Formats: sequence, C-alpha cells, structure tokens
Amino acid sequence: MINKIIISLITWFFGLVFFFPILWMFLTSFKTEMEAIKFPPSFIFELTLVNYFEIQERSNYFKYALNSITISFGSTFLGIALAIPVSWSLAFIKNKYKDFILLWILSTKMMPAVGVLVPMYIIFRDAKLMDTHFGMIVILTLTNLPIIVWLLYNYFAEIPYEIIESSHIDGANILNEIISIVLPLSLPGISSAFLLSVILCWNEAFWSLMLTSTNSAPLSVFIASFSSPEGLFWAKLSAASVMAIMPIMVLGWFSQKQLVSGLTFGAIK
Amino acid sequence: MQLTRVSYGKIILSPTIIILLLWILVPLALTVYYSFQSYNMLDGGSTGYIGWMNYEFFIFDEAFYDAIINTFITVLSLLLFTVFFGFIFASLLNSDIFLSGLVKVLYISPFLVIPTVSALLWKNLMMDPINGFIAFLLNLFNYEGIDFLNEYPLASIITMLSWTWIPFATLLILTSLKSIDKQMIESAKIDGANTFQISIFIILPNIIRSINVIILLETIFFLAVFAEISIATNGGPGTETTNLPFLIFQKGLQNFDVGESSAGGLIAVLLANFVAIFLINLLRKNI
Repeated sequence: MINKIIISLITWFFGLVFFFPILWMFLTSFKTEMEAIKFPPSFIFELTLVNYFEIQERSNYFKYALNSITISFGSTFLGIALAIPVSWSLAFIKNKYKDFILLWILSTKMMPAVGVLVPMYIIFRDAKLMDTHFGMIVILTLTNLPIIVWLLYNYFAEIPYEIIESSHIDGANILNEIISIVLPLSLPGISSAFLLSVILCWNEAFWSLMLTSTNSAPLSVFIASFSSPEGLFWAKLSAASVMAIMPIMVLGWFSQKQLVSGLTFGAIK
Repeated sequence: MQLTRVSYGKIILSPTIIILLLWILVPLALTVYYSFQSYNMLDGGSTGYIGWMNYEFFIFDEAFYDAIINTFITVLSLLLFTVFFGFIFASLLNSDIFLSGLVKVLYISPFLVIPTVSALLWKNLMMDPINGFIAFLLNLFNYEGIDFLNEYPLASIITMLSWTWIPFATLLILTSLKSIDKQMIESAKIDGANTFQISIFIILPNIIRSINVIILLETIFFLAVFAEISIATNGGPGTETTNLPFLIFQKGLQNFDVGESSAGGLIAVLLANFVAIFLINLLRKNI
C-alpha cells in the first residue's frame, strides 16, 4: 500500500510537470494581456473571458475554425469512402498480390512531403487550387488514405468469413454485402478510423502552411499568424490556442487505442 | 457468381490504387524533371536542361552540411529522449496507481497539440527570456533568464519536439507492456525467478519489438520536421536550426529556385526511402 502511494505520487508529479505547459496556457488565456506578461507570473488573478471574445472580434476566429472543420471532415469522409471498397476487397477477395498491395499502399506514406513540395506548389498554382478547401481536402485525403485503408482492412479481416458467405446464399450483391453486412459489423472500426483521420487532419501543419493563406486556412495556420513580432499578445494567443486544440484533445483522450493502432499501421495492437 | 464476385473485387481496387499511384508518381516525376532544369519562379518558367548543376549547387551549399548535421542530431537525440522517457513513463503508468486513467491523460495530451500551437507556446510562454515561465523558475534559484531560442536553438527545438513525441513512445511501450501475459510472470516467480530475471527474459523481449516500431516510425516523422522550426526559429539564428525539409522549403518557396529545391527534395526522398525499406520489412512480418 505504501508502495502504491509512493509510485502514485511520483507518477502524478511527473504527469503534472509534463502537462504543465498546456495548463499554463489554459490559465494565461483567462488573464488580461497586462497580467499575462507580468513577471514574476501571477498564479492567483481575476479571471476574465475578454480574450475569448476579442479573438473572434479581431481576427474572425470562427472562419478559421470552420475551415478546419470543413477540411478535416471533408477529407475524412472522402478518405473513408475511397478506403471501404479497397479494404473490403483486400479482406474478402482472394488475391495473390494482397500483401504486396497492402505494403505498397503503406509505402506511399513514407514519401516525405517536402520531396514533392515544389511540384505540388506549381500544380496547385496552375490548377488554381491554391488556398481552396477543395485542394486541401484532396491533399489531406491522399496523405491519410494509407492509414485508413490499413485500419479498415484490419477491422474487416476480423469478420468471420462464414457471415460473408451466408450473404451470398441469400443472393446479396456486392453493394448489399458491404452496406448491410460488412459496415454494420465493423462500425466501431469505421468510427475509430474516422476519429483518427479527423485528429490527423486537424493537427496537420505542413501542407496547410504551404498551400493556404486566408480563404481556406485552418486553425494551425491561424495560430501561426501570432508568430509575427508585432507585440506580445500572450493572453489572446493562449485563448485562440485553447479553442483550437481542445476539441481534438478531448477526442484524442477517448481514442488512445485507435491512435496507437492507426499510427503504427496495426503493428502494435 | 463466384467468378464475377472475385473479378469485381479486383476491379474495385483499381480507382484507389490509380489515385495513389498518380499521387506518388506525377509529383515525383516532376521533381526529377525540375531537378535537371534551370527554373526560377521569378523568371517565369524553365529555361532548359542544366544537367547536374542543381545537385551541385545544393550539395556544395554550406547550408546543406548544416542541414544534414542538424537533421541527424535532431533525429538521433529525439529517438534517444523519446524512447528513454517513454520507457520510464510507460513503466510508471503500468504500475498499480491511483486514478491511472486520469494521469495517463496528462502524459498523452502534448501529442494532441497542433504543432504550430506547441511551437508558439514554448517560444513565448515557456522559453521567453524575460517573461517566460522557465525564466521565472531560474529566477527563483537566483539565475538570470536565458534566451533559449538564440543561445541554444537546436536544443530548444529538440525539447519542444521531445515534449510532443514522448507521449507517442509512452503509448506504444505501454501497449506492449500491457500485452505481456501476467500469468507468465506469476509462474516465473513461482519457479524462483527474481525481478531482474523477469525484466530481462520476459519484459525486455516484449518491448523490444515496440521500440523497433517506434524507432522506425519516428525516424520517418523526424526526418520531416517542419512546422516547429518554421514557427519557432525560422531555421535560425543563421542556419543553426535549419534541417533538410526547411532548407528545401527555403530554396523553393523563399528563393523560388524550383530546380535546386527539387534536387534537394529528391535527396530527402532517397534518405526517407532508405529508412522505409527497413520499416516495410519489419511490418511484413506482422501482417
């Protein structure tokens, strides 16, 4: 019992230290700008919500939030729609190239984005896709598709083949088979692929910084605009950051398992 | 019926495979093509084939050496820190503790922070030499505040990135610790094995596989670090935090030199493929 108390204390202590930057940002978001840069910093202060209101007034926060939502969900829906038939085929149709295809799909994820940065920039410029939602949705779908295919494949492969077979006796065609048998049976898997894809899109920064500026810029780019040295706006920066990360962080807390299996392509279960 | 099902099943694969193939091949082919062209976006278009000149310019640029060294220092030290702390944190979280679910949330949260947020949070609220929280801690012990991002720029970037990626290693190692068969440990104890023997012969082999996966995946992520550097230091001071992706970005989208940037891009692709081959072989065993 004493052991348990000591280890608990150690674990909680390190956990709080590790989490502290986020906590500090959270506290700072409720300070006035004067209070936020006070030194030594104040731990007890009068809470104010003024930053949360001013962020919207001054910089149209919701436009960027809406962009993040549009891009994350658009790309996730598209990715899952593309992945379902592929994963179904790989899981249930005999194919001697199955392992090769799976590994090849994974290998596309290994290409560093920076290796194709310039051509993508030129393609986007010439196709008038620069700073559009559509362009961002397409590129994020392509970068996350391998992960979604692998996740769904792993979930589909767990469905007993007899259940699929019995649907053939009932004369179900492929579309029926997918919609009325495979999808309902793998609903938890699909929702976790959905969650993971939304988290990855929301936190994406490379392509967002390169290919968007104002019209379709997501929150990651909006926050980056605070890096300009026009003065210290720590309280507002903190308020904007808290609003930008909270929804996804809470989602992440509830989907730790999916995070692990998704990011390792199922290598660790 | 069966035959049509199988052929439909194979046909259905093709759209996604073609899309992915185009996504890989078209930009990559363009990168190869541009890397042999003299092409600056400010001059309008390509002015023709120039052989290996872009590669020469890129490789003999002093910034390239700095970038390669910074990239390797970043990757290696991050691997070391994330695996080391990941192992310690995972062991703590795996023990019998109060409110273990809640404390786990504290350990994984940094991984879920948007990279640009994490960069600005560390740059300002934590590391600012005058008003930052670390300066406050130093003052408590009668030290002056330190301008981390100017005096220890690369170490600061590595600190930020460790903070983000330690949770990843922690989660993976914790998952593999939890998958160890408790009965096996119990029966080893009954057979007279001590804690040291149990650690070496039962626990270690189990986590080595997860550490392999961590090293290979993280290497691929760490070779591509960009947002934190771009936001927190912009590659500087000088080239002290310029890594390979940032250098390629500078050449391409700041100097608009398409040719040289493409040559650099191709070098980055080769480097990543080298790592990827190992990863693929590892995963092949686990399908």
